[in-house]
Amino acid sequence: MKTAVIVFPASNCDRDMIVALEKTTGQKPHIIWHQDEEIPPVDLIALPGGFSFGDYLRCGAMAARSPVTKQVIEHAKRGGNVIGICNGFQVLTETGLLPGALMRNKSLKFVCKDVNLRVDNNDTPFTNAYSEGQIITVPVAHHDGNYFADEDTLKALEDEGRVAFRYVDTTGEATKAANPNGSQNNIAGIINRRKNIIGLMPHPERLIEDIQGGSDGLGFFKSMINAIN
Amino acid sequence: MTPDLTPDVTPDLTPDLIQDQAQDPKWNNNVEITDALVKEHGLSDDEYSLCLTILGRTPSLTELGIFSVMWSEHCSYKSSKLHLKTLPTKAPWVIHGPGENAGVIDIGDNQALIFKMESHNHPSYIEPYQGAATGVGGILRDVFTMGARPIANMNALRFGTPDHPKTRHLLSGVVEGIGGYGNCVGVPTVGGETNFHPSYDGNILVNAMNVGLADQDKIFLSAAAGIGNPVIYVGSKTGRDGIHGATMASTEFTEDTEEKRPTVQVGDPFTEKLLIEACLELMSTDMVVAIQDMGAAGLTSSSVEMASGGGVGFAFNLDMVPQREEGMTPYEMMLSESQERMLIVLKPGREAEAKAIFDRWDLDFAVIGKITDTGNLTLTFKGEVVADIPTQPLADNSPEYDRPWVKTEPKAELKAADIAAPSDMKQALLQMISSPNLCSRDWIWQQYDTQVMADTIQKPGGDAAVVRIHGTDKAVAITTDCTPRYCYADPYEGGKQAVAETWRNLTAVGATPLAITDCLNFGNPERPEIMGQFVGCIEGMKEACEILDYPVVSGNVSLYNETNGTGIHPTPAIGGVGLFNDASKMVTIAPKTEGEVLILIGETRGHLGASLYLDVMEGREEGSPPPVDLALEKKNGDFVRRQINDGNISACHDISDGGLFVALAEMAMAAKIGMDITVDNGNTPLHAYAFGEDQGRYILSVPADKAEEILATAQKLGVNMQEIGKTGGDELTLNDISPLSISELLDTHEKWMPSYMKMG
Repeated sequence: MKTAVIVFPASNCDRDMIVALEKTTGQKPHIIWHQDEEIPPVDLIALPGGFSFGDYLRCGAMAARSPVTKQVIEHAKRGGNVIGICNGFQVLTETGLLPGALMRNKSLKFVCKDVNLRVDNNDTPFTNAYSEGQIITVPVAHHDGNYFADEDTLKALEDEGRVAFRYVDTTGEATKAANPNGSQNNIAGIINRRKNIIGLMPHPERLIEDIQGGSDGLGFFKSMINAIN
Repeated sequence: MTPDLTPDVTPDLTPDLIQDQAQDPKWNNNVEITDALVKEHGLSDDEYSLCLTILGRTPSLTELGIFSVMWSEHCSYKSSKLHLKTLPTKAPWVIHGPGENAGVIDIGDNQALIFKMESHNHPSYIEPYQGAATGVGGILRDVFTMGARPIANMNALRFGTPDHPKTRHLLSGVVEGIGGYGNCVGVPTVGGETNFHPSYDGNILVNAMNVGLADQDKIFLSAAAGIGNPVIYVGSKTGRDGIHGATMASTEFTEDTEEKRPTVQVGDPFTEKLLIEACLELMSTDMVVAIQDMGAAGLTSSSVEMASGGGVGFAFNLDMVPQREEGMTPYEMMLSESQERMLIVLKPGREAEAKAIFDRWDLDFAVIGKITDTGNLTLTFKGEVVADIPTQPLADNSPEYDRPWVKTEPKAELKAADIAAPSDMKQALLQMISSPNLCSRDWIWQQYDTQVMADTIQKPGGDAAVVRIHGTDKAVAITTDCTPRYCYADPYEGGKQAVAETWRNLTAVGATPLAITDCLNFGNPERPEIMGQFVGCIEGMKEACEILDYPVVSGNVSLYNETNGTGIHPTPAIGGVGLFNDASKMVTIAPKTEGEVLILIGETRGHLGASLYLDVMEGREEGSPPPVDLALEKKNGDFVRRQINDGNISACHDISDGGLFVALAEMAMAAKIGMDITVDNGNTPLHAYAFGEDQGRYILSVPADKAEEILATAQKLGVNMQEIGKTGGDELTLNDISPLSISELLDTHEKWMPSYMKMG
């Protein structure tokens, strides 16, 4: 499985993503600088977490306009797989590849902690290694992860099973207390209609070995390997 | 293009030199140097005479500014260096001790850890977000300037009493500033300590620590070399922010502190992130001769340190300095503390190659001068020489004072029997674990990205944070500790204890303690009783470092931490660093399962003097602190570490603030597993046994089948131990005190800080 990781100025989970992809796929990803205009043919493009351009403007807004992002959009339109984690999710909503927006956390504070996620759709290239309804523990670390979409979009996401991950409590209930950022419907990650793009705020790439405190993130990468190979 | 700077220009410093459009004529180089101006620059009469002797003439304003910052307490350590020299700094694993930007230790496989802790107290009190943020930025630069990739941030924070009207605002701003900077640059903030005490009401402490990882053959120092080599400025542009920051950090606070707001710098973590990547990329080539960050006193101290360190001169054309604002004077450029800037000496002819790297990262790059053989720092501006100072005397002849000091009178020991038992032991424990100094710090830690870089294997909340050395089985353990109320009661014992506690915390996770960095926060050194506290703490630290074979490799001194004549508690914050060769050996404070046997290591005498119990339950701060027996400390710690590394231990926790029962409650809460405990308190009153803060103690949780062997080994080695109970159930039962459910403990422990912050 051939992959590429896009690096914007002040991406900072790029290395974590590169390590996770290399460990799980056995192949080193291509590392693509934001000013590059060419991405070699790959099965998957990853937009990593971080603070692209400092996030001084709206998070992800500058990166969405980087030269390389045009290639990411082309790749996605061709049906290529794209994952956006944390800042990468913000970039995907800013490009319009995924609907909605990620607003400032309801607490107005950065939040880093382990959260429980429920896999609400395991029929995607990114979640097939999990069982439907499975509860996994993965960390979040963001200032702007409060998912918002208009009513019609939200309804479409729910009706079409496009909410891939949802913040839940230990029993699997999507409670207010389990929601770390105020996201509508406790949404943690969504996919597009064609199911080749996913954006999520939590960081599965940080939990792929037991020594990191768990390996619940591994399923995310295994799913992609299952789907692509 | 390299500016042509003839090194043999004879300085003509007549006052009519510089006529420019500077916005504030006060900082023009042509002002007359009056006694009042000298005083305003904080130079004493003797210091000014020395300045005249070194120059052989009256200084220009720019020169006066340079002398002023270089000889400020902050940059020169003039009150402290006599005593700092007594600290042990050597061990076979120490590669660079104090004197470089940060300390460097050998961790094998050609790898080194580079680390330092530094204060940013005054700016953080004036503007908490930016003060704390730039504190993090500054310590990061100290570490990556030596060639290391920063891998972990830590901190040690002290605030005033929660009731003080400013505390909430300061806590909120400082935590947000630390997170805002560290999260953006992508270095995990893995822990730290936070205390509240009224002595910090008017002067909080923000001490930031960073640990970086480098290859031993790629460590960069600051000493400049190579006559004619180009000197490069990279990073952010220079603005007027932070002018006089170092001088401000060298005076007391008074009522007009608010007016000092303009001297606080503003951080730009985005630029810092780019600067880290660009500098590490540059340092991976062979182009760099020397490199130094522009920290306190900015361009002045970086250039003087580089030039004097290499025994060479620098000639700068200040017109080449990238400037953020119009009409900046030489004085302003030399004293600006604008952030995210570095000074680099390159090998000749490599400018274009180096520039390409910085261009790619969108950072300013300017050749601002070259190395000369004059030994002088020669500054030209608009074609005229505005300063010409011999750097060696400026650096070497900086004042050193043997300030008068008086020994702190030891406090009488407080007998446990003289402290009344609480009416309800259960309530007492709940009150302790929900008190500001012992309650959960989750509200703080959740604002830090603790896991970016994906190598954090022990998150905040345990005895020490542990970060894996990327791509290896090794890991570094890091902790910051100090108990200021002990240091206040007895500086010598307090200094010993601060060092010993870091050693104990590293031991408790299973790491081998290697070295420390110190951040010495004290009041006004011109007062003999404050100087006495400083001398006492240093003496205690020295002894602990020697006996524990645990040298000081870097540090920082922050004096004048007082407001309107009242000093803070003496606070020598210690950052300890330890190593695992096999990270899988690490333990946490959480027992893994039910049925484990709990063993208490070390002797419990029930020492309540200067304890948190006395403070929380009685509202008193009295008595002598618990003494640290360093030989016993070593014996107990070596035993514990050995047991952990042999894989015999399931969990371990050192006993510190709040004593034994608080430590047990913390373990139970971390594991969410109950405990059934019966301690044999003999003749000691139970409340003293439970909450006394006797030193050198640990609690081990061990698999039932290992317990007998461990106890036998301890006995054979003469290590004081006692089996005190078992894990299991969902309640904490302590002797005949009515049981506490784990959920009640957690609720109580976690509620204070979020509800306190909400009240704002």
